[in-house]
Amino acid sequence: MGVIVPAGQAGRSTVEGYNPDVHDKFFEQVSAELNEKGFLVASADDVITWARTGSLMWMTFGLACCAVEMMQASMPRYDMERFGMAPRASPRQSDLMIVAGTLTNKMAPALRKVYDQMPDPRYVLSMGSCANGGGYYHYSYSVVRGCDRVVPVDVYVPGCPPSAEALLYGLLQLQKKIRRTGGIRR
Amino acid sequence: MSIEKLQALAERAQAEFKEAILETRLQYGELTLTVERERIVDILSKLKREPYRFHQLIDLTGVDYPKRERRFDVVYHLLSMTQNIRIRIKVTTDEAVPVPSVREVYPNADWYEREAFDMYGMMFSNHPDLRRMLTDYGFQGHPLRKDFPMTGYVEVRYDEEQKRVVYEPVKLVQEYRKFDFLSPWEGAEYILPGDEKAKAG
Repeated sequence: MGVIVPAGQAGRSTVEGYNPDVHDKFFEQVSAELNEKGFLVASADDVITWARTGSLMWMTFGLACCAVEMMQASMPRYDMERFGMAPRASPRQSDLMIVAGTLTNKMAPALRKVYDQMPDPRYVLSMGSCANGGGYYHYSYSVVRGCDRVVPVDVYVPGCPPSAEALLYGLLQLQKKIRRTGGIRR
Repeated sequence: MSIEKLQALAERAQAEFKEAILETRLQYGELTLTVERERIVDILSKLKREPYRFHQLIDLTGVDYPKRERRFDVVYHLLSMTQNIRIRIKVTTDEAVPVPSVREVYPNADWYEREAFDMYGMMFSNHPDLRRMLTDYGFQGHPLRKDFPMTGYVEVRYDEEQKRVVYEPVKLVQEYRKFDFLSPWEGAEYILPGDEKAKAG
């Protein structure tokens, strides 16, 4: 490295085949419409689901090693915050619960209680094989064989533990699901 | 940790505690003393002071030998930081006979004993608060006993009608996996028909 990059082009000039003058058609259309009329027209459902996908505050439910990957996903390298996701310590203010780790029998009532405290619309992402189906501890006397026995799960992320990248992919899938199925009807 | 140091320690302990030591073993560079159950508090408190200086109780746990008359061992691991030696003390017991609590000597034994009680069901007399520690509220049985089934007796599930988490008898949807060591996929020793050609060629 050591090349001095002109301001405003940092990080871009090195990407091969990238031309900053060529824009995405969709955004050009949006921009043209805004310039022409000064407003955009979209259905209310779309706007609402768009708002929901852009502010997924997740309830931190780190139970085991998966929690480390969950933290990693929210740290600068993968930076979940660029998708509008941030950890919330309170279930009352969160939209999403990431069950990260082994759910034990002793923890199950607490997990359900926290889930019940979350306001609608709420989503659950089961992270790692322990939360998906007991995983390594499937035959244990003290582990719930999948957190879907206790709470309804929207997205399962496999892995032991899943990498931060995998979790992020799962969250993007969840956004897709919200966009597809979301609405204001209950 | 030299063998000579442990040898000297074993002899000194033998001279001091005499018949309270039932068995002395010096194996794999580790010293194990099996002692009388009733004398354990006395022995540990003496081992903690001069000249032994075992100031730390590293671990206290149990072992289950179901076929033995007194089925449980309680094992104490001690460390002397000043002398850089470790020692293992064992006592035997069963479900009914209590072991004197060593909490007065090593305060950290409090939770260790609770855990051992939780996992094996052995009793500790003179313990101020011998409750379960790790297992679920209202848990039945002692999970580290050899006769405890690995999957336990109950499992939990959320009941939509009762609106709470309920306990039910265990129903496994998938049986235990039985390992077939003759299976060609799991490292068979024999030659499969046709394989000999590969070697001959």
